[in-house]
Amino acid sequence: MKRLKSLLISWEALLVILLLISVVIGSVLSPYFLSGFNFNALTSNTMEIAIMALPMTLIIIAGEIDLSVGSVLGLSSVVLGLLWETGHPMWLAIGVALLVGLIAGCLNGILVTKLALPSLVITIGTLALYRGLAFVVLGDQAVSDFPTSFTNLGFGSIPGTEIPWSFLIFAILVAIFGVVLHVSRWGRQIYAMGNNKEAARFSGINVSRVKLTLFMLSGLIAALAGVIFTARLSSARPDNALGFELYVVTVVLLGGVNIFGGRGSLLGVVLAIFIVAILQNVLGLKNISGDIQSLAIGLLLILSVLGPNVARRIQDVIARRRLVAGSSQQT
Amino acid sequence: MTTTSQDVERARQRGQVSQARLFRLVNRVRELGLLVVLLLIILFVGIQAPRFLSIDNFEQILLSIAILVIVAVGETLVILTRNVDLSVGSMVGVTAFVTAYFFKQLPDVNLLLGILLGCALGLVLGMINGLVVSFGRVPAIVATLGTLYAYRGLVFVFAANTTTQVNASDVPSSYLALATTQIFGIPALILIAAVIAIIVGYYLHASPTGRQLYAIGSNPEAASMIGIRRDWLVFATFAASGLLCGLAGVLWGARFATVDATDATGLELQVIAAVVVGGVNIFGGSGTILGAVLGAIVLGTLQNALNILNISQFWLQAIYGAAILVAVILDAFITRWLQRTILTRRKKA
Repeated sequence: MKRLKSLLISWEALLVILLLISVVIGSVLSPYFLSGFNFNALTSNTMEIAIMALPMTLIIIAGEIDLSVGSVLGLSSVVLGLLWETGHPMWLAIGVALLVGLIAGCLNGILVTKLALPSLVITIGTLALYRGLAFVVLGDQAVSDFPTSFTNLGFGSIPGTEIPWSFLIFAILVAIFGVVLHVSRWGRQIYAMGNNKEAARFSGINVSRVKLTLFMLSGLIAALAGVIFTARLSSARPDNALGFELYVVTVVLLGGVNIFGGRGSLLGVVLAIFIVAILQNVLGLKNISGDIQSLAIGLLLILSVLGPNVARRIQDVIARRRLVAGSSQQT
Repeated sequence: MTTTSQDVERARQRGQVSQARLFRLVNRVRELGLLVVLLLIILFVGIQAPRFLSIDNFEQILLSIAILVIVAVGETLVILTRNVDLSVGSMVGVTAFVTAYFFKQLPDVNLLLGILLGCALGLVLGMINGLVVSFGRVPAIVATLGTLYAYRGLVFVFAANTTTQVNASDVPSSYLALATTQIFGIPALILIAAVIAIIVGYYLHASPTGRQLYAIGSNPEAASMIGIRRDWLVFATFAASGLLCGLAGVLWGARFATVDATDATGLELQVIAAVVVGGVNIFGGSGTILGAVLGAIVLGTLQNALNILNISQFWLQAIYGAAILVAVILDAFITRWLQRTILTRRKKA
């Protein structure tokens, strides 16, 4: 247990160092990097990914995964756009979009818990299904005539600062998820499920209900991200946020969450969010296109799992050598 | 009445035999069920639009899925070992673009050289996947989600430094002919896919290595314990998947003639849908190449039917998603039914 804890602390320490290094590199590479305006651009660009990473952290710690988040975002964005275009009030459009996300998440959760199917496969299926439905709803159209009062949610900042509104939403959600995961009984249950599902069930945890709730939460938050995304780009298109699951899973795993569940912290994930945000921002400032940026993110995803694995293997080899050396000295 | 130990032994053997038969039966049922679904689709669409039933249209369907089948064969190998390869679309994209560009730059070069280049490139990309999964101990889903985007990024880097698009007029006609040649009146593309499916299908069914892949997927730890070199074989399936994607990429370039950096994006969902619909168990250990091919034919027929019935192609992706879900749910129910049947039979015996 002690070793486990020190490992976690050192991973987060590593992330802090990485974050500092990326800030230094960013400010060396571009004089605009440390400006307030750039802070605004940097944060608002990643807030959708950032808020989706919060429920994903809980889901992966619980031993599951939700690959459909990008598609849920796209579907809710399209529903929002369609309702607005057909003359419904904005509050209703947002409400229905959030409801769609909740239902989508609920379907994921029911398939995973009631039919005891692995979330990996189910959410690959719903990744295709929800994205497909987004295309069915809107075809190759786009809705873009949103009122400024709405787009302000995406563009605007808190008056007198360079802090975007979406950052405020993120900060509130981090506080809530932090308390849920690290303080509440519910959080302990999530860790227990991730460590040993059977043991968790025998100790009286309603594993199915917790998982169903997590998937519904993930869908709801993805829909909220869809609302923010639509406001920020002032555009509802069926291919909105295509491939965002890569970014979300990357920040969670880079944040030190174990892909097999049971381990990780929200602090690590928040640090990883900012590292990835800065990486994207610096690449953007250097005029590197989004498609090439995803090359870097893809490599980062693999390295964040491969790195610790290789380190552990090297440690094992060293330990074994020491053991061999020790025993040969004794004889 | 007394039962001798001989009676018990005989009953037990009978139980085991019927178990094996049951497993085989379920596989049959799965493939037969797919055939019935296929026939129903054909009947339903055929009544509404008779031209759907022409030989020409049937050839069109097979032609449209030939490349998909080649990729699906590789994916089947990977999924049988309880892994998954999400990077197939990007590997096809990389090799299609690089091969087409190669022929654009060197139009007079030997055709075989370009084909080999594409295959080798695919093999290398697949080997990287295999290394990361087998020896880096990164779960396949994470590793290949990473390379899905990394390889796609590579095409964009390559395109940014060379050309944004290779047009049909840029490449030698001998390359394009790869996709249009007919042998005995059958398009070469269909023949290539069929030959690959038959060879790999036979190899899986009959060779020791093929059976070992099933063993790994059924129970990875047990497979290691009985001396199967699990890491190497899993590595090999990823390499094979890459190689087949390489070949598919070469053919993709020839078939579609105009290639850019976004080609074959999202192909992985079609491939996984075909394989899973075809009854290859997503948890590994069971399924056949024949099933995967049937799955691809069902999906291809559906796509063709949408076209003929004038239904928007936008439905396509939703259908793929629904097909994956239905297949996985159905498989879960069949497996559960199978387990219950075996259990009750055991009790009777």
